[in-house]
Amino acid sequence: MRAFIPVEDGNTLKAVQGVLRRLLESDLIDALMVPMRTPAGAITPTLVTDPALLDQADPLAPAFPVNSARVLGWMTQREPRGRIGAVMRSCEMRAMIELVKLKQACLDCVTLISVDCAGTLQTPAYQENAAGNAERWQELFAQPDGQPAGLRDACWMCEKPVYEKADVVLELFGSDLSQGFQVVLPDSLAEGWGAGESSASHSADGANSTRARVLEELVALRSGRLKEVFSEIRGRLHDDQEGMAGIFAACIRCHNCMTVCPICYCKTCLFKGPVFDHEPIQFMQWAERKGALRLPSDTMLFHLTRLNHMALSCVGCGMCTSVCPADLPVGRVFRAVGDSVQSVFDYQPGYNPEEMLPLVAFQEDEWQEVGQ
Amino acid sequence: MSENGYEPRIVAFLCNWCTYVGADLAGTSRIQYPPNVRVIRLMCSGAVDQVYILKALLDGADGVLVGGCHPGDCHYLEGNYKARRRVVALNDILESTGFEQERVLLRWISASEGQRFADTITEFTARLKELGPSPMRRQWAV
Ligand code: SF4
Ligand code: SF4
Repeated sequence: MRAFIPVEDGNTLKAVQGVLRRLLESDLIDALMVPMRTPAGAITPTLVTDPALLDQADPLAPAFPVNSARVLGWMTQREPRGRIGAVMRSCEMRAMIELVKLKQACLDCVTLISVDCAGTLQTPAYQENAAGNAERWQELFAQPDGQPAGLRDACWMCEKPVYEKADVVLELFGSDLSQGFQVVLPDSLAEGWGAGESSASHSADGANSTRARVLEELVALRSGRLKEVFSEIRGRLHDDQEGMAGIFAACIRCHNCMTVCPICYCKTCLFKGPVFDHEPIQFMQWAERKGALRLPSDTMLFHLTRLNHMALSCVGCGMCTSVCPADLPVGRVFRAVGDSVQSVFDYQPGYNPEEMLPLVAFQEDEWQEVGQ
Repeated sequence: MSENGYEPRIVAFLCNWCTYVGADLAGTSRIQYPPNVRVIRLMCSGAVDQVYILKALLDGADGVLVGGCHPGDCHYLEGNYKARRRVVALNDILESTGFEQERVLLRWISASEGQRFADTITEFTARLKELGPSPMRRQWAV
C-alpha cells in the first residue's frame, strides 16, 4: 500500500524521521539501522532501539562513510535477537543481496527500507560544506544532474539511484519535498497508517508519474556518463603505454579498497595472511629474475585477484575509489571490468537473493568448447 | 632452444585423479613432448584458484595450463564445471584488463589419455612460440 506523508513547515527530514519512528514502534521491527548524526556532526550507520533518539537520524544527509551492507552482514549472519529495519540506499541494498548469496548475511530478520538517493559527497567535502547544512541534500534532489563540489565519482555516474524491491520505499524523487512524499509499505506494516494519509488524490494527480519521468531522465543521463567512463577506462586499460599496470602505478597496496568493499567476502584476505609474508630471500630471487622488483610487491596480483573474486558482484558503490589514498580510479576499473564479465554470465548483481553466484552455479552443457 | 633462444615456460596445474595420471602415463609410455612444462599437482581442477594462475602469469610464465577430468568424470562430481566457469571469467577479465588471454588454457585430459597430454603440451608450446615471450618476463613494475 501507499501512504502520503505530509511535510510540515518545509521540514522534510522531520517527516522522514516520523516515518522511521512509526516503523520502529511497529511490532515488526525491533531495531532500526539508520544513518545518525553524532553529536560531533558526523554521519554514521547506527543501530537504534529507542524511538526517541530518531530525531538524530538523518538518512537524507549526502554522506556515505561506509557501505552499510558490510555492517548489516555482521548483524544478520547468525540469528539476531530481533528484527532489524535497515534504512539503506540502492547500492547498499544491492550489496546486501550479494552478501546474502555469499551466505554472509541473511534477510530473514530484516525489513529493507529504501530511501531514494540523489547522490553523496566525499566525507571531507561533506564535513566541510554540508554538515549541519540541511539544504544541501535538497539541492541534490532539486538538481540531480548537478555536480556539486566533492560529489562522489560513483554517484555522478550512478544509474540505479532507487531500489524498488525493498519492503518499504521512501519515494523522494519527483515530489515537492517541502509538501510531502509517498511511502510504499507492505500491507503487514501498513496497519495504523490511517486511510486518510494514503491520499488517493495525490497518487491520482500523478506524483508517481512525475517520479517515473524524473528518474527516467536521470537514469538516461547517468547511463550516458557511465558509458563514456567505460570507454575511457577501457581505452586506458588497453593502452600500450599505460595499461592496467599504469593505472595502478601509484598503488601502495594499503588494502583500503578491499577493506571498504562490501562484496570482498574473505574473512581473512589472502593478501593479509601468511602467504604474502614472504621469506626475505624470495624478494631477492624475484628481483634477480626480472632485474628489478616493484615494492610493495604483488600490487597487480592483488587487483587482478580481487577482480576475479568479486567483480561479478560489484555493485558500483564506489567506496573503493572514495578511500584510495592515491586517488586511483579503482571503482571505475572494477565497474568496467565487472560490466563485461557480468554480461558474459548474463548476471545482474543485487536483485535476486535466490539466484546463485555465477562462480558457484554451473550447468553441465555450457561452454562445451572450453577444455576440448 | 629455438632459433631466437626463446623457449616457452608453461606452468601446469593438474588434477590428481585424471590429468596428472594422464601426464604420468605419457611419461611411462615414453611419449615424446616438449620439456617446457612445470607440473603442479592439485586434488581437483576446481581447487585452482585464479590467484595461482595470475601469480604464474605475472611472474613471467609464458603459458598456464589447467588440466582436469572430462565433464561428468570429476572425482568430486562438479569441481571441473566450476573450474570451467572460473577460467571463462578469468579470460574475460584478462581481456578487459589488457592482458593476453591466449596464455591460459583449460584442457580435459583423462587418466588414460597420455597421448592427449603430450599433444596438448606440444600444441600449446607451439602456440606460445608463435605468441612470443610473455611481456611479464621483463615487466618489473607490476
Ligand atoms: S586503496 Fe588505492 S592505494 Fe590502497 S590498495 Fe586500493 S588501489 Fe592501492
Ligand atoms: S569494487 Fe568498489 S564499487 Fe565495486 S562493490 Fe566493491 S567498493 Fe563498491
